[in-house]
Amino acid sequence: MTRALARRVAALLLHPATAIVGLALAVALAEAFGWNFAVTLATRAAILALAALSLSFVIGQGGMVSFGHAAPFGIGAYAVLIAGEYGIREVSLLLPLAFLAAAAFAVPTGALALRTRGVYFIMITLAFAQMAYFVFAALSAFGGDDGMGLAGRATFAGARFLRSDGNLAWLSVGLLAAAAWVLHRVVAARFGFVLRAARDDEARVSALGFSVYRTRLVAYALGAGIAGLAGALLAEQTAFVSPALMNWHRSGELIVMVVLGGSGRLAGAVLGAIAVVLVEEFLGGVTEYWKLGLGLLILAVVMSRAIDLRALLARIAR
Amino acid sequence: MSFTLLAVQILNGLQLGVILFLVAAGLTLVFGVMDFVNLAHGVQYMLGAYLTAVAVAATGHFGLGLAAGLVGSLALGFAFEVLLFRHLTRRDHLEQVLATFAVILIVTDLVRMIFGPAPLPLRLPELFTGSIRMMPGLAYPIWRLVVIGAGLAVAFLLWVLITRTRTGMLLRAGSTHPEMVSALGVDIDRVFLFVFAFGAMLAGFAGAMAGPILSIEPAMGDNVLILAFVVIVIGGIGAVRGALVASLIVGLVDTLGRAFATDLLRLVVDRSAAAQAGPAIASMAIYVFMAAVLIFKPTGLFTGERAWTRTR
Repeated sequence: MTRALARRVAALLLHPATAIVGLALAVALAEAFGWNFAVTLATRAAILALAALSLSFVIGQGGMVSFGHAAPFGIGAYAVLIAGEYGIREVSLLLPLAFLAAAAFAVPTGALALRTRGVYFIMITLAFAQMAYFVFAALSAFGGDDGMGLAGRATFAGARFLRSDGNLAWLSVGLLAAAAWVLHRVVAARFGFVLRAARDDEARVSALGFSVYRTRLVAYALGAGIAGLAGALLAEQTAFVSPALMNWHRSGELIVMVVLGGSGRLAGAVLGAIAVVLVEEFLGGVTEYWKLGLGLLILAVVMSRAIDLRALLARIAR
Repeated sequence: MSFTLLAVQILNGLQLGVILFLVAAGLTLVFGVMDFVNLAHGVQYMLGAYLTAVAVAATGHFGLGLAAGLVGSLALGFAFEVLLFRHLTRRDHLEQVLATFAVILIVTDLVRMIFGPAPLPLRLPELFTGSIRMMPGLAYPIWRLVVIGAGLAVAFLLWVLITRTRTGMLLRAGSTHPEMVSALGVDIDRVFLFVFAFGAMLAGFAGAMAGPILSIEPAMGDNVLILAFVVIVIGGIGAVRGALVASLIVGLVDTLGRAFATDLLRLVVDRSAAAQAGPAIASMAIYVFMAAVLIFKPTGLFTGERAWTRTR
């Protein structure tokens, strides 16, 4: 009886909607009590959850271990910066632009990377992301290495809607919910079935007449586009864009979020992102060496899965 | 763009290429032989530089310090393999990426904690500090020539080791047919252990060689690691010979690109546009080259018998 109840509670907690509703509640509470700090934190969590969600789609559903997801993320942010410099400050234009810019980067690089498998794919996605990093670091017109501040927050239908942190938080949580819903539908659709089937057995799916390459490329570009949205939101939040956004450590952190939450389920990425943001915030407040703590946490999780602890203890006891 | 400047940049490119080779050689063997993604290889390069710098400062003798740094790097390689990586070689790539990424975060912060974020000096002995006049108007630092020579010597030794010795035979056999080799009574896990530790030592040697030229700081391994990835993709995973050729190409393309892209662009576009686009194009050059290789040879330039061990 209690076990069945526990299972039900666990299933509810792990439901895709729960984490997002939790974030929305956090924003509502923080706004009601005027905790600006919590609003900022929840916004950041929602934005990184959006990026992690898109990576979870690519890694978990598509079976493509991309180590370069920071690149489309950063390109989304740069799309906002560059469009802003040319006078485009309307969020309903900026977001599609960020999506398209990130996807436009993903199509040619993905087309090349997908010609390879396994370790090659990991290294090539990392290399292309690093290429994007160095290109933006060399663009002195847009701040170069140091990055550049945005002229101001974007407008919405001409109104200065996003000047309030609360509204930006709602936009971020709303986009996260929308992206989760869309990806959920895509995963449940025929496209999603083909994608997962190709992940599990490429030869069979090809034999059935599907183009594995094209399916994967579309999924890769879709994931990148959504990461671009997240990057655009982060640019709006911090009003600052720099190449550091696409540092390869961020690609690694996004993978950490996906795997900590469980890469098999899209919702896992949202939980993983919230957990990592909280750990960063908490440890970062205690010590400047917070990456040490994060590293130990990741290592503990991975090694506890890899090592058969009971066998090890038995061997030590013997 | 004078001839001397070109010669200096070619030597600089060779020197970068040789450092990249020392890092990539160990990495490509670990990839090829064990199918293990080791992101922490850059950390081993960084630790090699730190160990050598500390040992040189402690002993006051460069040769002793370098030897201590190499032994230390080898020991660290053994420790990492036994404590962590051995448990991950049969897991999927995603977990290997995570665990080795975690090692980067941990070790980098530990080093920052112990030595601080400021660069550590590594003093060269008198013998290596000056420059040599190679031709009229061209003086080149002795140490950089030593680095080039040492790197090429290591490449030669690796070639002998892999293609002409019993150990190399085991390595080649173990990379293609691990089950068969272990059925013949060879402890294949031990072969892997030694390959890993040896690779760590080569990376540490690269760090020690680069230490006097670049600054020794906690994040010094990051860029080298990614360039080494590019090298491995171009050369073919597992191919030491491919790593040698690809590192020299990458070193030269990157160095010459950065030195001359702006000047070359100025021939076709105006000065300010060239100043804008030059650095961006130069930093893309090696990746574009990698993409080109991928289009024509998705498994890298060197595969098969002549690659020195298997390619995947």
